[in-house]
Amino acid sequence: MTKKKIAGQPKLWIRHPVGGGFPCPGCGHGLVQRVVAEVIEELGVEGKAVAICGVGCGWLSFLTLDFDGGNCPHGRATDVATGIKRSLGDKSVVLTIQGDGDTIAIGTEGLISAAARAEKITVIMVNNTNYGTTGGQMAPTSLLGQVTTTTPNGRDSSQTGYPINVAEFITGLRGVAYSARGAFNNLKNYRATKKYLTTALEKQINNIGFSFVEILSPCPPNWHLSPLECLDKLENEVMVDFPVGEFKNLDRLE
Amino acid sequence: MERILCYGNDAVGWGAVFAGCEAFFGYPITPQNEITEWFAREYPKRGKVFLQTQSEIGTISMIYGAAATGIRVMSSTSSPGWSLMLEGISHLVNAELPCVIVDVQRGGPGMGTTQHSQMDYTSVTKGGGHGGYKHIVLAPSTAQQNGDYVQSAFYLADKYRNPVIMISDSIVGQMMEPFEMKALDFDPLPEKGWALTGKENRANGERNMVQCGQGLFFEPPHIPNYGALLAHLDNKFKEMEKSEVKFESYFIDDAELILVAYGYTARVSREAINDARNEGLKVGLIQPITLWPFPSQIIREKAGEGVKFLVVEDSLGQLVEDVKVAIAERTEVFFVGALSRHNPTPGGFILPHIVLEKIKEIV
Repeated sequence: MTKKKIAGQPKLWIRHPVGGGFPCPGCGHGLVQRVVAEVIEELGVEGKAVAICGVGCGWLSFLTLDFDGGNCPHGRATDVATGIKRSLGDKSVVLTIQGDGDTIAIGTEGLISAAARAEKITVIMVNNTNYGTTGGQMAPTSLLGQVTTTTPNGRDSSQTGYPINVAEFITGLRGVAYSARGAFNNLKNYRATKKYLTTALEKQINNIGFSFVEILSPCPPNWHLSPLECLDKLENEVMVDFPVGEFKNLDRLE
Repeated sequence: MERILCYGNDAVGWGAVFAGCEAFFGYPITPQNEITEWFAREYPKRGKVFLQTQSEIGTISMIYGAAATGIRVMSSTSSPGWSLMLEGISHLVNAELPCVIVDVQRGGPGMGTTQHSQMDYTSVTKGGGHGGYKHIVLAPSTAQQNGDYVQSAFYLADKYRNPVIMISDSIVGQMMEPFEMKALDFDPLPEKGWALTGKENRANGERNMVQCGQGLFFEPPHIPNYGALLAHLDNKFKEMEKSEVKFESYFIDDAELILVAYGYTARVSREAINDARNEGLKVGLIQPITLWPFPSQIIREKAGEGVKFLVVEDSLGQLVEDVKVAIAERTEVFFVGALSRHNPTPGGFILPHIVLEKIKEIV
């Protein structure tokens, strides 16, 4: 039997001792890094790309990406990306990698304002339905009934309200050119998510408007499940409340 | 040299142009609106960046991003906005990103008043955010100094890769004065080879990284561990303390009483001193130009000669604490503060005659 190579290490993805080793086994952040590296290479923009990581499990992802990048205060990635984009102008491609808490709890004001301004940046929100880095507290995206360290009896809507569907919600802002939600639970969705990210970056490169991609990620340590069990939960629970797909795709803002 | 009549706040804008500042991010707040509006009017037509932000948190975070690209960037705010910026300033210090922030102080605490005050001294000079950082603080008292010190602030920010703060008040900002349109000369600075500009713009083609978690992981070009980070910052802060202290003195050689004041109360103090000298009283002024690093040495020396001190400050007493530390109980320190205003409303002033009365009481 001859071996056929079906995948290799993306050119721009660095196996970094800290950044690359940070995601726990079964976490989606490693795949987010991989897809970002693939898409930036395929679009041929690594020479102008800048990736800003918010605070959360992806905060050192820039170490694994072989183009300019860095991190910033918790919740401020969209504002920091705005500062970079406004300074470097059209010649740059600026993206953020943020968690759900970073994006839509502490970072809500920055996200909504950047989206409304039609800021030409691309925001990637990695949604694992909890605060992974700090040990599994409730996030704005935690599912109803989800047990976290701050909802020990399960998230109760009478006390803590309802999860936020950011990819859908943000479509209501006129500055948004593109919004989608992807997942890495199977090859089909992996490819679809990669396509979403490519399209999102194209909206920026073509100067159309703000672009947003939410990516669902398992969190084995804090979901207290094995990586495989996490995939089941992702498909049977998380993706029910957070369906994958494109929610907005404009070639011109209205 | 062209000479114009302009508001102190507008002079900040001209200083920024002379300094080669490329971007301004700002949020409306009284009494600094003239600065933000000046940049809104003047910057886009010069091909430079102006952006009105959604909050001062947004402002300081955009400054973080803009500074990371290596351009000169600034903002201005007033006291409640200053509070919101502290998170970002702490991170800018860790990431070693230079920028300039102007705080046109208003009264507080809380909503306080939108009018003049000198109540942010402690917050601004003691690194009001978390983590015990330090930064240079410049204190102008005229429109000309507003324009000149902004240029110095950019130079010092780049020299140390650290934010520099200019602390003003609405008297300095909203008074119209003659202003000489002049670009100042400074020593050459190193290239910002660390900036995020896209790696295609770099001869070696290698990526650059900026991060505000320096000291937390071991990887050049970032500082490798916590001990190294603290030692590195300590060196920078000590170098600033050694090299950057600036103050103006006025009639201090034979003075038996020296006033210490900055901003608008320094101007009030000069007038009171002129009146006192006319009456034969030996009084002078030390006006710190850098509130941090603080001109402790000259104050200590004079205290050692037995000179008494009077701090004139439109607050309940903040600058006076630094003067007391410098004097170390060698001599007496007196205080004229916000409770001595000519009337107790937000529009009240510490007027020269009030300071003169206090001088006469002491001497």
